Amino acid sequence: MEMLIALVIGVLTAGGVFLALRGQTFPVVLGLTLMSYAVNLFLFVMGRLAIGVPPVISDAAAGYTDPLPQALVLTAIVISFGMTAFVIVLSLKARAELGNDHVDGLQRNEDRHA
Amino acid sequence: MNGLMHLPILPVVLPLFAGIVLLALRNAPLRLQRGVSLAAALALIPLAITLLQSVGDGTLLVYALGNWVAPYGIVLVVDRLAAWMLLTTSLLAVFALLYALRGIDAQGRHFHVLFQLQLFGLNGAFLTGDLFNLFVFFEILLLASYGLLLHGGGRQRVKAGLHYVVINLVGSTLFLFAVGTLYGVTGTLNMADLSVKLAAIPPEHAALVQSAALLLFGVFALKAALLPLYLWLPAAYAHTSAPVAALFAIMTKVGAYSILRVYSLMAGDTAGPLANLLDAWLAPLALATLALGMLGVVASTSLRQQAAYLVVASIGTLLLAFGLHSVDAIAAGLYYLPHTTFAAAALFLLADSISRARGTLADRFESGPEMPRARLLGGLFFVVAMAIAGMPPLSGFIGKFMLLKAALGSPLTPWVWGVVLATGLVSMIALARSGSLLFYRTHTAHDPASLEAPTYAALAPVAGLLLLVAGLVIWAGPVSDYATATAAQLLRPQHYIEAVLGAAPRPPEGRASGGMPLAGTAP
Repeated sequence: MEMLIALVIGVLTAGGVFLALRGQTFPVVLGLTLMSYAVNLFLFVMGRLAIGVPPVISDAAAGYTDPLPQALVLTAIVISFGMTAFVIVLSLKARAELGNDHVDGLQRNEDRHA
Repeated sequence: MNGLMHLPILPVVLPLFAGIVLLALRNAPLRLQRGVSLAAALALIPLAITLLQSVGDGTLLVYALGNWVAPYGIVLVVDRLAAWMLLTTSLLAVFALLYALRGIDAQGRHFHVLFQLQLFGLNGAFLTGDLFNLFVFFEILLLASYGLLLHGGGRQRVKAGLHYVVINLVGSTLFLFAVGTLYGVTGTLNMADLSVKLAAIPPEHAALVQSAALLLFGVFALKAALLPLYLWLPAAYAHTSAPVAALFAIMTKVGAYSILRVYSLMAGDTAGPLANLLDAWLAPLALATLALGMLGVVASTSLRQQAAYLVVASIGTLLLAFGLHSVDAIAAGLYYLPHTTFAAAALFLLADSISRARGTLADRFESGPEMPRARLLGGLFFVVAMAIAGMPPLSGFIGKFMLLKAALGSPLTPWVWGVVLATGLVSMIALARSGSLLFYRTHTAHDPASLEAPTYAALAPVAGLLLLVAGLVIWAGPVSDYATATAAQLLRPQHYIEAVLGAAPRPPEGRASGGMPLAGTAP
């Protein structure tokens, strides 16, 4: 189980890093998204893997899982969601303003002087 | 004391509420929005001064949100360093905002909302006592900075903005990985508690926490624009609007602040496997940043680009001081920090006025028309350049002098002296060259009507920032005493740890809620 989760996080991160290093904005956005998935999963399992035990106190519980990473990951998910939305809008704006979807924009003569 | 009970949270809450009110007022007349924004920014100054006075004797104010004490609850901690950063930020913000009120704020939507949220993020980052909230406040200030950076639009701005946003998103992901690892090993994120837990870490986990701590260092180095992670800065700062660039002069210092705060707690002399972790990295990298930043200053093709590279070089000087890791060196850094922030902001604001006065040529280093009010602009440029290059009698000189003196006896002494003095000379030559090109190698304007004469209102914020720089000289004694006391407090984190972890919940009284500042004893 631990090995499986570790592999999933590793593959997501590797894919995310690969895509984030591409030259077009769309793969970069996808790469950032994959990396945020990886880190959310990573944060979540930092409270250790536990199956079928509650995070909040109850009389019937045999054991507990750590509730804090769940709270942290909720915050992290919300933030990464907002950031992804922002970077998508920004890359669309860059596509419109620069006339292409390359992360550096296409060189134009006027850029050399600006 | 009761009236001051909620004081530590006010610098966080005030800009947040101002931002929300401004959002509600988005359709109100611009004058009203400006008034609210300026009033909120001005109110931060007395707040910061009051906080500074109440922590000046070495006490720490610990504010437990919702009366949940550390390490289970979230705490805000005001110590000398936090109060110092708050005061620097609030003074800078007022002058940046005053410049923006001259019309730049009307070039796009929601300038004032974003400006207040930026202050909310900055103040929160300085006050929080917990690593995860540091992440949250970083995200708040970054998201606001994305909006501010792009304010006004334009191709160059969007292009630079895209790089800035993407690299900071990668940085945030790495921050979370580091935070997750530290939590997984120690089970806490409160910085004081982390400090205690890390000192007693079993040896088999040492490598894990070391890699997490270095990952965290990488993230802070990215925010601070330390070599080799500074490449995003020059384009972003050179292409954004002047008041935003001026406000961003404090942004790189947030990275430097975080390095100082986190590593003074986590990697002090007694911190187990993390003890003195950064000693091998910080000072050499800072020296390289300083040298390379100064090469950028020489090679710049426009004034704003030059100002941006000067920011890179200044962060090199600042982190060099922090990297030397002695009371005197950190004190030199803390004295230098407000100086370089105000001077860089003044240069960005002045560059905007110069750029407007040169018509289509803007701030490019080419021989141009004679500027209207050239004497006034030139005079201000001369003073700003003196301040930035670290010439006496201005405060840059005192800061660098304190740094050079503190470096004596360190194994890096020849390097520090060599690089700091050489880069000082180079910056002086580069700025003299820019000034003579902009102001002396001119021809009579063909079309004087196209050149915009700088108004006194536009130059007043620049003059105001220069007065602050002058104030750092006039009150150099008390300021450097305060900086030394701050550095001493940072290098003895036990007091901070005791104040945070020893805080008792406040007894209920009437319908009162919220936290209570608990005064520790002076170290």
